[in-house]
Amino acid sequence: MTHLHLAVALDGTGWHPASWREPGARPGDVFTAGYWTGLVREAERAALDLVTLEDALGPQSSVPLAFDHRTDQVRGRLDAVLIAARVAPETTHVGIVPTTSTTHTEPFHVGIGIASLDFVSRGRAGWRPQISARAAEAAHFGRRVLPELTPADFGAPETEALVAGLLTEAGDHVEVVRRLWDSWEDDAEIRDAATGRFLDRDKLHYIDFAGEQFSVRGPSITPRPPQGQPLVTALAHSAPIYRFAARGADVVFVTPHSRDEAASIIGEIRAAEAETGRTGAPLAVLGDLVVFLDDEPGAAAARLARLDRVDPLASDAEVFAGTPAELADLLLDRSAAGLAGFRLRPGVLPHDLTAIADGLVPELRRRGAFRDAYAEDTLRARFGLPRPANRYAAAP
Amino acid sequence: MPRQIHLAAHFPGVNNTTVWSDPRSGSQIDFASFVHLARTAERAKFDFFFLAEGLRLRELKGRIHDLDVAGRPESLTVLSALAAVTTRLGLAATVNSTFNEPYEVARRLASLDHLSGGRAAWNVVTSYDAFTGENFRRGGFLDEADRYTRAAEFLQTARELWDSWTDRDLLADPAAGQFVREGAGEFAHHGRHFDIHGRFATPRGPQGHPVIIQAGDSEEGREFAARDADVIFSRHSTLEDGRAFYKDVKSRLAKYGRRSEDLKILPAVTYVLGDTDADAAERAAEIRRAQVSPQTAIAFLEAVWGRDLSGYDPDGPLPDVEPDLGEGVSKGRAQFRGDRAATVRQWRALAGERGLSIRDLAIETTARQTFVGTARTVADRIDEFVQTDAADGFIFVPHLTPGGLDDLAEHVVPLLQEKGVFRADYTGPTLRDHLGLGPARTAEETS
Repeated sequence: MTHLHLAVALDGTGWHPASWREPGARPGDVFTAGYWTGLVREAERAALDLVTLEDALGPQSSVPLAFDHRTDQVRGRLDAVLIAARVAPETTHVGIVPTTSTTHTEPFHVGIGIASLDFVSRGRAGWRPQISARAAEAAHFGRRVLPELTPADFGAPETEALVAGLLTEAGDHVEVVRRLWDSWEDDAEIRDAATGRFLDRDKLHYIDFAGEQFSVRGPSITPRPPQGQPLVTALAHSAPIYRFAARGADVVFVTPHSRDEAASIIGEIRAAEAETGRTGAPLAVLGDLVVFLDDEPGAAAARLARLDRVDPLASDAEVFAGTPAELADLLLDRSAAGLAGFRLRPGVLPHDLTAIADGLVPELRRRGAFRDAYAEDTLRARFGLPRPANRYAAAP
Repeated sequence: MPRQIHLAAHFPGVNNTTVWSDPRSGSQIDFASFVHLARTAERAKFDFFFLAEGLRLRELKGRIHDLDVAGRPESLTVLSALAAVTTRLGLAATVNSTFNEPYEVARRLASLDHLSGGRAAWNVVTSYDAFTGENFRRGGFLDEADRYTRAAEFLQTARELWDSWTDRDLLADPAAGQFVREGAGEFAHHGRHFDIHGRFATPRGPQGHPVIIQAGDSEEGREFAARDADVIFSRHSTLEDGRAFYKDVKSRLAKYGRRSEDLKILPAVTYVLGDTDADAAERAAEIRRAQVSPQTAIAFLEAVWGRDLSGYDPDGPLPDVEPDLGEGVSKGRAQFRGDRAATVRQWRALAGERGLSIRDLAIETTARQTFVGTARTVADRIDEFVQTDAADGFIFVPHLTPGGLDDLAEHVVPLLQEKGVFRADYTGPTLRDHLGLGPARTAEETS
């Protein structure tokens, strides 16, 4: 049996809005290094493939596309790339995948930041580029004005056009970052004392990208990172984002609510790959699930119900509450539809992460569905991806 | 008690300071190199570790400059990783105010301050350089007069964002059901360069504001530092120049309601140690020659002359052709933006007077060495600068990566500690503590 890929999505005190009020939660520590180091080490203890770190250029909100002014939920975040870099030296195997916005950042800065994360983690960096359509975030930058959207605007042609534009820009952003990673060939540093040359300038390349929102000349200031191309991931819920992922990502996180839906999403993704002319390895498709795990039957559901009474959970991804064995059943069933693995969103931290490590992972191992230990040195290799050839290198 | 010295370490990245041909020279990009130098600096109880910035590879004659060390990481990312392998050392990032936006820079610096337990510093630099701008959305054009107004407004805006949370706004109180205080992070800045409003989503860091460093020597730069900075990173390496600069900059503080000790003056310096002073001088000469290879010497001249001088013998006399004062052939190298015709006249006079070859001249005019001698000589000299108002301390720029500060830490620092002019251990957790700075001034106080 092939092993599942298992990722865990870390955000605040967990994905349930009332999670921070739980007895085991550490809401006062969310802005400390020790908090994040502890969580990522826990994921590494379970030999998980990677952790993702959520981020945004504005506060969290319980409503989509606007800021809600609530003070009774976790609000505030540290920069995800810097959290990733901070935990990297304190771990050795787990992949570390921060989120960045493609809408307001400079692709040059993001490209060198992720490349630097790959250097400090010795080949464990990933990246999740994400658009931001929130008017409130645009106002934090003052460079463009985005309309204030409400759920009533979803599906309207103007909204779809806006998102399409942001996705085109995001696609350009990913393309620029990937070109920057290749803009130094691996052997560009020559230290040739005879000619006095530190670099072979023939192995450095201008990327000369010109798009609608920006142009970037290159080359990077950061040499090609250890993985060549760090692992690029995307979270996708709809066809335009499947196409974005097919163009630029290596791994895609999706949100099916049934085995049939998983199969249908995978079909859409394969179609997007054909449509965008993707070459190379197909996207690895991981299903997202919010999980509440307790060993005692019924306990997780009761816990979720109790949390929901305080502050109900609204989720794009399917919500699971049950025992580790029940979750293992569900994961294996869904994986039969073609999912390569799952990104689990712990409902409460650290409770549900610990339950993944101590309950789910041993259960999957018993069933031969998950690795006993880490084998590969890099995050790309864990997904069966080779270290890519440099697009600018002359063919040998 | 004698005045206490402040010491900092510069990671020698991109330049011809580094002698990459030395067999002891290691990688300038592997994380292990950063760890080595940072741990050396922390073992020596230095105030902070400093990273410079460059956002475009330099060019000469339309091609990438291939003679010097190049290739560096993104500063804040590598500093955040270094926060994991050090516990007290300050972590200073150079971040440009031209090719960034305040919201993002403020949240990243506040994040580093949280993740390092209060050790973040920001060296605010400006650029109006269209060459570097070719890598960024905003492009490169900014009137020369606007570079400091944008920088000043950028810093002020960042302070407003840091101050948008008070130390009491993060409640995380399950019993009361309140995570943050109402209004935490609300800000509005309506200025000439930035017109932004909303919610700053990163709580105030342990230092309130990171330590602010400034590294310009122009009139505007000095004024900016006197008004806004905690540290000024100068390039004055003689006692006389240092005293003049020190007096000038410190005299500007009063009009901003600041005291002399509120701004630390730390020149960037190099050093070479030897068993005897003569031995050190000999080693220093060898290092200068290694820093300026024959090819590097020609490249230096080409940058000033503005023409191809590859046909000239580096060991021969200066070019007999006149400089081409057009657009110039060197891009991304700030020091050749001045009056090139005057530089050529000065260099010709100097070479004539001293009988210098092209390479000799390049060595003479470009390779700076500040402290050369035995550990005792260097310790005494450092102390003299500080006790006689020529500096508050130094930022050491070693010529080897990553072991270039090992001998300073091992031999010179103990002598300074014996003299009672440098700390034997850290006395507080934050960089503000190391520098003896008071609490961060608020945005209101600096506006």
